[in-house]
Amino acid sequence: MATAANPWGTQAPATPPNNDWLINDSNSKVLHHFDWLNPFDGTLVPFDKWVEHALNWTVENFRGVFQAIRVPVDGTLSLLENFFQAIPPTVFIVLMALLAWQIAGKKLAFGTFVSLVIIGLIGAWSEMMVTLSLVFTSVIFCMIIGLPLGIWIARSDRASSIIRPILDAMQTTPAFVYLVPVVMLFGIGNVPGVVVTIIFALPPLIRLTNLGIRQVPEDLIEVSQSFGASPWQMLFRVQLPVAMPTIMAGINQTLMLSLSMVVFASMIAVGGLGQMVLRGIGRLDMGLAAVGGLGIVLLAVVLDRMTQALGLREKVMHRQRIKWYKKGPIGLLYTITCQKEKK
Amino acid sequence: MREVIIEVKNIYKIFGDAPKKALALLKKGVTKDEIFRRTSQTIGIYDASFEIYKGEIFVIMGLSGSGKSTMVRLMNRLIEPTSGQVYLDGDEITAMSQSELRKSRREKISMVFQSFALMPHMNVIDNVAFGLELGGMKKNERYEKALNALEQVGLKDYSFSYPDELSGGMQQRVGLARALANDPRVLLMDEAFSALDPLIRAEMQDELLKLQAEHERTIVFISHDLDEAMKLGDRIAIMQGGVVVQIGTPDEILKNPVNDYVRSFFRGVNVGGIMTARDIASLQQVTIIQKDGNGTLAALQTLHEHDREFGYIVDKKRKYLGVVSVDSLKAKPKRDSIDLAFIKEVEPVLETTYLNDLMGAVAKSPCAVPVVNEQGKYVGAISKAALLESLDYNWEEEE
Repeated sequence: MATAANPWGTQAPATPPNNDWLINDSNSKVLHHFDWLNPFDGTLVPFDKWVEHALNWTVENFRGVFQAIRVPVDGTLSLLENFFQAIPPTVFIVLMALLAWQIAGKKLAFGTFVSLVIIGLIGAWSEMMVTLSLVFTSVIFCMIIGLPLGIWIARSDRASSIIRPILDAMQTTPAFVYLVPVVMLFGIGNVPGVVVTIIFALPPLIRLTNLGIRQVPEDLIEVSQSFGASPWQMLFRVQLPVAMPTIMAGINQTLMLSLSMVVFASMIAVGGLGQMVLRGIGRLDMGLAAVGGLGIVLLAVVLDRMTQALGLREKVMHRQRIKWYKKGPIGLLYTITCQKEKK
Repeated sequence: MREVIIEVKNIYKIFGDAPKKALALLKKGVTKDEIFRRTSQTIGIYDASFEIYKGEIFVIMGLSGSGKSTMVRLMNRLIEPTSGQVYLDGDEITAMSQSELRKSRREKISMVFQSFALMPHMNVIDNVAFGLELGGMKKNERYEKALNALEQVGLKDYSFSYPDELSGGMQQRVGLARALANDPRVLLMDEAFSALDPLIRAEMQDELLKLQAEHERTIVFISHDLDEAMKLGDRIAIMQGGVVVQIGTPDEILKNPVNDYVRSFFRGVNVGGIMTARDIASLQQVTIIQKDGNGTLAALQTLHEHDREFGYIVDKKRKYLGVVSVDSLKAKPKRDSIDLAFIKEVEPVLETTYLNDLMGAVAKSPCAVPVVNEQGKYVGAISKAALLESLDYNWEEEE
């Protein structure tokens, strides 16, 4: 009866072998019938499996290590975030404008003021603060890791030949590829967001630190040696100061790349402007995405101009022969207090 | 015997990745070209040995690639020799540990560079105090010394300028001040003035000579410019292809060049500032008459015998007295003392006078100008023709 009711009854026993064949994967088949003319029909090296195993093994055995890495990152991040969130927007805007005036001039101070006010007006203030703390945390850690590495590979060609391919990989690997492993290792939230950002934003700082130090003119190195500089003196009195504009450019690049990662990072539950964009796209809420996008752009422009000015500042100071405390708002304060003292 | 401050002993420097192999071949007597073909190692310095005395300006000269810059860098060990020793003040520089070497560089030996090489991020006074700062000197103390050094080169007012605000000549003065700041025993100057324009260069050379006159230091000066070497150098070492071919005073080298390379350096050089009257004074082309109390007639007869127009009168000790001519003798009575017939406009020149300085005298004189030494003894005469010939000295023809 059962067989009669089922027109495909006779075929039923044939199904399991079929399934087996599917489960067994194409590998076994390809290995049996290896074709020299078309050797790449199947995967001969199961790289994907290896990565998976390695990752699983790392997660199982070294979870403690990654949790330990979380601690300083988390600490810095929450410190910055609490700090930024605690400052009243008005105070923050005024402080940033004054800072911009101090390091760059009145024009940038005005630009900073307007940009921040716009961000506030479109309702992205608190998200911006989250993003800012994220970006600053990643820049801090990039500097902690990147400067010594950059100095190291500037001094050792062997180190350079090892590190540089890694930097290439860090810059070219699509963020999606390491997004998931990072989540597996660190969990979700802001910390893996910072880690992902560091991976992407670190290389230019290392490269430019390396470049800056290697570009220090040979005769300056010779001078330092001929006057009896020890390697440390050479580094801190000659190489780093001469390389400083290039290193500042590296920090500027790191900052910019960190900002550009906020949307990616938001995919692993990182808050802030990135999440506004992501949520906007997800709900087809173009308005929300545009608010987030505008916030990112304005923040990027402000931060970029300020760090660039920081790099140029020293040169300008040389030319004008003005001490930093005699310029900008602090200069104003300085002259006022001096005048008072004179009276 | 003068005190030796730097001694270079059997120095070899081979550039490349397998210097020992090349050195072994070199000591077997294989030529440089052959070594380069076989091992692709370049010989920088080949068996250099010499001594530099305290207080002298020792110029190392040579064309580009002759190894002179390498040589000066071996003296403060900016370049490690492949074999051989360099002694500074009796201490073997080449055997020092890094910290001893640093100490020596900070205290005893400093260097001025062709490219000035001032620190762009430091102002002038910090640049000058750089060496002192590396030695750990306190700020007040090192600024005081730096100001002192800047005063020596006349740049005290520019202490707080930055190098890029100064002209090339001023920058090199800062470079010089930086090297003088720690009051070194030895000053190494690697083509220090070569990047400056000729006027500034001459000015700097004078400045250096002035500094040297005030405070005698040992200066090792690298140059490819013969006039500079002649002007500054107490002694000159000439390098050719990594070999020191000749060492001596400018004069010695000029008069006895060891080979064509050395000779070629002096071709076209202005010998007027190097050769003296003594070098070209001739005893042959004139008639010398010993004053014997026989009046003018005897002298006139002698001139007739030699068929000369002018005669140079000396006393029994060959002390120069004056010049007479046939005309001046004839103008006087026969029995008159010969003294009365002397031609007044002919003045003797000292034998140490440089050719440059006696051109006027030779040009004005009607006859060859007599040359005397410091005791007033006659050493010869210089005719216009002889002077012109010597100024157009062609060293190949001399042999």
